[in-house]
Amino acid sequence: MSTPDFIYTIYIRTTPEKVWAAITNPEFRRQYWVDDISSDWKKGSEWQHKSHDQICTAGKVLESLPPTLLVITWVDPSLPDDGSRVTFEIKAFEDMVRLNVVHGDFKPGSIMAKKISEGWPRVLSSLKTLLESGRALNTWAGFEPSCGPRS
Amino acid sequence: VQREDKVFKALADASRRRILDRLREKNGQTLGELCEDQDMTRQAVTKHLALLEEAGLVVAVRKGREKIHYLNAVPISQIYMRWIRKFERRRMEALHNLKQALEEDKK
Repeated sequence: MSTPDFIYTIYIRTTPEKVWAAITNPEFRRQYWVDDISSDWKKGSEWQHKSHDQICTAGKVLESLPPTLLVITWVDPSLPDDGSRVTFEIKAFEDMVRLNVVHGDFKPGSIMAKKISEGWPRVLSSLKTLLESGRALNTWAGFEPSCGPRS
Repeated sequence: VQREDKVFKALADASRRRILDRLREKNGQTLGELCEDQDMTRQAVTKHLALLEEAGLVVAVRKGREKIHYLNAVPISQIYMRWIRKFERRRMEALHNLKQALEEDKK
């Protein structure tokens, strides 16, 4: 592993089941991540993340143990050699849930590694706000879109 | 709220902000790496890291005998959404109203 991993941790006052749903359920996810996601989230299945009808990230489900562990590969189809791996660890912690998002296995000089370091903190922060307050927010307000054509 | 206090407190120190900047440049560093070219003692860096970890701004993972430190920017995003974006929106609205008022004057 040449480029170091990214590790994001967040404590959310909710249940592991809700965190799992927020990551995997398209309706739920649209409220904080805006875009569309599709997969049955079974081990070996494909998943994709679409924004404005364009696939921005896709990959395979490597491990799936609802509601505690999801491991997926993460590839931007326009950069097929720039693949990486994302692990979601969901664990009950006192009256909260600890969500760990580990993003790693990047290729040297990965473009995706730069993109995600701005993306995850915003996405996870919105996820926490949504689960704790029930209020959806536009994660990307004032920022360039998470994917799609770049100027 | 208590957690937010910890984040603001952790950020209210130039040395700790410098540590965060260094992790932003290169994520995943050992204590030894973080002490390089710093005009701080190892003990001081250790203390700062403990505070940053407690505030959730740094996540440390054990690797053999060493601890690797990662920047966890999620609490900063939370502050941004809670404290900054809200005020920006007000400002945008004020500018928008000003623009409308000025344009109406022209008519």
